[in-house]
Amino acid sequence: MTGYIISRLFRAVVTMLLTVSMVFLFIRFSGDPAAALVPPDAPQEVIDQYAEAMGLDKPLWQQYSGYVGGLLQGNFGFSIHTGIAVEEVFLDRLPHTLQLGITALFLAIAIGIPIGAFAAVQRGSVLDRFLMGVSVLAFAMPNFLFGLILILVAALSFKTFLGGENAHVIWPALTLGLASMGSFARFTRSSVLETINAPYVRAAEARGIPFHIRLSHHVVPNAAIPMVTLIGLSLGSLVAGSVVTEQVFAWPGVGQLLVRSVATRDLAQVQFIVLVVAFTMVMANLVVDMLYLVIDPRIRVK
Amino acid sequence: MTDPTVFPQSDVNTIPLNVKLALVFIALFVLFAIFGHLLTPHGFRETSLFARLKPPGTESYPLGTDARGRDLLARLVTGAQITLVVAIVGTVIGAVLGSLLGILAAASRGKTEAIIVAAVDVQASLPIIIVALFMLAMFDNSFVLFLLLVGLNGWEVYARLMRGATLQAKEFGYVIAVRALGASPMRIYLRHILPNILNIALVQFTVNLPLTVLLETALSFLGLGVQPPLTSLGQIMSEGRDRLMTAWWLTLLPGAIIFCLALSVSMIGDWLRDQLDPTLRNE
Repeated sequence: MTGYIISRLFRAVVTMLLTVSMVFLFIRFSGDPAAALVPPDAPQEVIDQYAEAMGLDKPLWQQYSGYVGGLLQGNFGFSIHTGIAVEEVFLDRLPHTLQLGITALFLAIAIGIPIGAFAAVQRGSVLDRFLMGVSVLAFAMPNFLFGLILILVAALSFKTFLGGENAHVIWPALTLGLASMGSFARFTRSSVLETINAPYVRAAEARGIPFHIRLSHHVVPNAAIPMVTLIGLSLGSLVAGSVVTEQVFAWPGVGQLLVRSVATRDLAQVQFIVLVVAFTMVMANLVVDMLYLVIDPRIRVK
Repeated sequence: MTDPTVFPQSDVNTIPLNVKLALVFIALFVLFAIFGHLLTPHGFRETSLFARLKPPGTESYPLGTDARGRDLLARLVTGAQITLVVAIVGTVIGAVLGSLLGILAAASRGKTEAIIVAAVDVQASLPIIIVALFMLAMFDNSFVLFLLLVGLNGWEVYARLMRGATLQAKEFGYVIAVRALGASPMRIYLRHILPNILNIALVQFTVNLPLTVLLETALSFLGLGVQPPLTSLGQIMSEGRDRLMTAWWLTLLPGAIIFCLALSVSMIGDWLRDQLDPTLRNE
């Protein structure tokens, strides 16, 4: 068990370090970082001054260690347009994105999982086919299209605008959570189907244990194991989806900041957001791995 | 059917209705992309100040026009072409790159394998749209760069799947037998292992294709993908977005096509997966 924990921790650290190195290399070799930071008509002396201040004249490994050291000390750089520290701009917007993401995840779990479980119990019925059909629709629906339709319908029939900071979070959250909802429903269905036919459940049936007890004591705990991975993985699609959804609803979160920073080539800001996303995902994977220790006793034995 | 490795020869009558409809839609979409320009006298970049924001049904503009008086039908045809090309080329890049790396990892073991597995971990910790945005912030957007970025979509999944499948296939009795007979590694991989794991990549291809369509259209919708004067279905939506209330056709028509395309490919992919998975077929 300790070996399991150590190997997962090691993998997380290596992954994060590799990501940081890739980001460093790409930024370093994508062009002249000093020239990118000054106005286009700046004289060569100014560029050189910047280059010296950034340490670009030093050997590569020194630049790299300086870069990693800077990150560890919390020097993430400054937005080239406003001069404000990138983490401050980011933290300003983070609450909006968290609110959106958590609501979306909650909706996806609260709607998707019961639908999937229900469809599995009613397997082969018209209702099962209908629910699975809907979840395929949800999966294939581009979130920007769904968001725009919501906005259009609300504007035409209720004369309200769903976008902006003061709008209710439920509409962008529904848009963001839709795809996860579909995949949760499908995955829950197959996971429950797999366990519902497992030998230990049939044995329980032979012992005369009633259906609802079999479901709550035998099917649910076992079907839940792969669900933890799925929810952990869905974090990535939520992060990706929030970029588009925030843009559609003019939601002032990190996704909107990222798109704007890319469009204005604010490299320091983009780089910081990329690193934060990577860090969050690595942490989420680590948490999922650790949760397995709790919910899947087989790992503890190994 | 006892041999799970043979591609199933399904009778046309056993294909479910939704898959048939999906096949019909995809056929229509491809025909539309190839021959659609015959339907309209206008070019996709041809502007007309006298025909701005005409709704669908206007004479000579069956699907209406945009804010610059460009024929939406002509733009949808070009958009469909670009979306189709990016989707197919992008998915093929990811499939080939990922599969080769996966097989290479399993074949070589040791250091090469460790490097590939670490690269897969790094990719898995960054959603592809974030990687794409990072690259687009640094490099000038060009169609080739965009194509490559879209092509990266999902390569790590192929690598993971193919590595696992190759590791398994290496231990199959017939592979060990062929090796004992003195076949070269090249021959073993090309003739005996690859055909047996190819269907896994094929199913993943159909899973990945709609995701690639959605990635391309999402990036283009954000204004960071296909750039004017070229256009794609997402780019048309991006231009029409600000006029959602007054000119719904500019966003909803391309949106509906994207949705139907992603849906059709998904349904075919699901069906193929059920066909190729022997455990599901017996149900």
